[in-house]
Amino acid sequence: MDLSTLLTWLIPLPPLLSFFLIILFTHRDKRLSHSVALGAIGLSLLFSWTVVFRALRTAHFAEHPFAASVAWLPTGDSALRMGVTADPLTVVMLFFVPLACFLIILYSVGYSNYGKPRDDRDVPGSAPRHGVEPMYSRFFAFLSLFAGAMLVLTVADNLLLLFFGWEIMGLCSYLLIGFWHGRNYDNPAQITPRAAGVKAFITTRFADVLMLIGIVYLYSQAGTLNFREIFFSEEIMNHLLHTPSVIGGLATAHLIGLLIFAGTVGKSAQFPLHVWLPDAMEGPTPVSAMIHAAAMVSAGVYMIVRMFPLLSAGAGADGGSPTMTVMAFIGAFTALFAATIAVAQNDVKRVLAYSTISQLGYMVAALGIGAYVAAAFHLMTHAFFKALLFMGSGSIIHGVEHGIHHTQEKLDPQDMLNMGGLAKRMPVTYWTFLIGGFALSGFPFITSGFWSKDEILADAFAHGHWWVFVVLLLAAFLTAFYTMRQIALTFLGEPRSESAAHSHESTWTMTFPLVVLAFFALFAGFVGVHSDFPVLGELLGHNPFEHFIVGALPHHLAGIEFNWTPVLLSVVAGLGGLGCGWLLYGRRPLAAGQPDPLVAYLGPVHEMLAGKYFLDELYDFALVRPAKWVAEVVAFRWIDRGLIDGTLHTIAGAAMRIAAGARWFDKWGINYPSDKLGDGVRASGYSFRVIQTGRVQDYLLITLSAVIAVSGVFFLVLR
Amino acid sequence: MVPLSWYLTFAAALFALGLYAVLARKNAVAILMGVEIMLNAVIVNLVAFWRYGNPADIAGQAFAVIVFAVAAAEAAVGLALIISIYRQRATVMAEQIDLMKW
Repeated sequence: MDLSTLLTWLIPLPPLLSFFLIILFTHRDKRLSHSVALGAIGLSLLFSWTVVFRALRTAHFAEHPFAASVAWLPTGDSALRMGVTADPLTVVMLFFVPLACFLIILYSVGYSNYGKPRDDRDVPGSAPRHGVEPMYSRFFAFLSLFAGAMLVLTVADNLLLLFFGWEIMGLCSYLLIGFWHGRNYDNPAQITPRAAGVKAFITTRFADVLMLIGIVYLYSQAGTLNFREIFFSEEIMNHLLHTPSVIGGLATAHLIGLLIFAGTVGKSAQFPLHVWLPDAMEGPTPVSAMIHAAAMVSAGVYMIVRMFPLLSAGAGADGGSPTMTVMAFIGAFTALFAATIAVAQNDVKRVLAYSTISQLGYMVAALGIGAYVAAAFHLMTHAFFKALLFMGSGSIIHGVEHGIHHTQEKLDPQDMLNMGGLAKRMPVTYWTFLIGGFALSGFPFITSGFWSKDEILADAFAHGHWWVFVVLLLAAFLTAFYTMRQIALTFLGEPRSESAAHSHESTWTMTFPLVVLAFFALFAGFVGVHSDFPVLGELLGHNPFEHFIVGALPHHLAGIEFNWTPVLLSVVAGLGGLGCGWLLYGRRPLAAGQPDPLVAYLGPVHEMLAGKYFLDELYDFALVRPAKWVAEVVAFRWIDRGLIDGTLHTIAGAAMRIAAGARWFDKWGINYPSDKLGDGVRASGYSFRVIQTGRVQDYLLITLSAVIAVSGVFFLVLR
Repeated sequence: MVPLSWYLTFAAALFALGLYAVLARKNAVAILMGVEIMLNAVIVNLVAFWRYGNPADIAGQAFAVIVFAVAAAEAAVGLALIISIYRQRATVMAEQIDLMKW
């Protein structure tokens, strides 16, 4: 085993160990706990980047990736093998996942108010008011486990190991979203962290079950779960493609693809299972960054990028596979759908949550139209700028909370209508947030988001997926619009509350990650500029990203011709959105108490968007309440209380009655005669003991009397 | 020849004499002597029956001799016990030797 393979094995280990170390040993010491967590993820980062750089320097890396496996579960004549692999796709993930995780954990140190004395009113399970987080060490333990699980998933060479990481992340998201489990709100309609955690867990679980079925189905058909063994084997792929599945008219490959894609729909919050993600904002902000940028939602997209050869099986020049059609539809719909909702949200984190859903929709749609490279590219750039935006929003909230602490006002620190004018008070946060926002909007040429988004649009355009192209273009416009709205409402103008006026910049542990991520949000896009792009393509080495990553595919993927039309349209959409946002919010910033101008323009539509199309209410009405009704009435009252309890009570009653009979018999039939027998023996003993005189002559006399009596009987009676 | 009934009457009288001694005397040595007398009465019976029953068979006589031997042994054991008791309790009165009651 050479060094690269060894390091690939070791990448997920430090954070996983750090979890146990913190939970078991160091949890009393806050400083030691965060040092362990940071050191562990730092070690993973070191390992990962070593692997990345060794991979970049290896010739013919795509044909010979770093891979190793061990027989894990011998099954009859074959064995289920567990192993790791670092192929081009993994290497790309290894470049940004540990970095983002590292920065998030560093950020959490400041976010959890490290170094401040503990506020006596804070209890474990509540969000800290101004002092240090009461469950400080636990937070870092969970973050470590989360990061470890994500890295397991990243280096996994088979679907089962990937699924392990996937599920641990599901657990961690539950734990972390509900981290402030003691928090309650005055408004009963507002979802609590507790409920949000449960919602996220159940929603993703539903999808995971389908995915697990897909995995099992795949294993039963292919006999292996190793990615390369499946994708690089003509025989297996042909078998999957030409065997009809249990559902008529659908090939096995496509049904498996759909089932596995269902996992992504849940994990990456695609319509219709997106509902958990906005509510996941109830967790601490580093968690939001972890879930929305570095780990969980990226995992969903990473998985379908990884499974792309299977999902696209049977796709020809004339069109995609049925799986891809579904993906393109769901992705594009989600992209637009979530973008429209984001326009009308006032919670600074919820806007970002919906933008995440929308951007993930982009990636899913990109895969749906076969834009493999673009999807992976957008996955990477999005991870940078979305982590940046989330941590920026955390910094904003932190600043406003500081103001609230100072002024003792009662207001929502996440409501953008209470902010404004933060640019002067939080300069680092402002500039980095601006960079992240512009990257998200696709500000032309200087931000990474532009290049990756443009590549998706160009792909849709080149392959003639017109409706996907139009929908994504529309979503891009809306994205730019709500990003500008968010920036303007938050940072520009004058403060709309006392608390916002008293906010101030966060500590260096929070701002430093912002600066690092801002760097990548700007420049990470340059690795994937189309090689025919004027000047830049030549200058940046003819799209090294594309050349590198297509090696992960078994078949050569034809690149697309460069075309000015989508580029210009995307520039127009991005700048147009930003411009509209500027006109509406930036030129004349909102004054305190002034309503959102959008309300007047959109009217009832705005209400629908602000209510998220009332999908939560619909799900509540159509799914949650019937489920609760079934649980309460059918399962609990009828089946449990009536049927099961009734049967048990009858049986128990009969047993009681039999036992009572047995008891009566025991008492009067066995115990009583036995006692009486004993008593009789004792009484006769008392009466007879007087003849036991101990004098031998008395005995002889008795003996003589007995002999005479017996003899008399013999002589007189028995004769 | 003296008829058999005379022997039997004599033996019965002897036995009754012995029995009376056993039941009535207080001295343990005397009781033991009574037992010996009863045994001798039995031997008289035994020998008389042998003589009047089947004198050709030697078994009757032999049986009588064995009973003598047993009686002698028994007397020896009995006396030893009495001596032992005497040493322990300084008495040979049967009514005072009543340890073996409940």
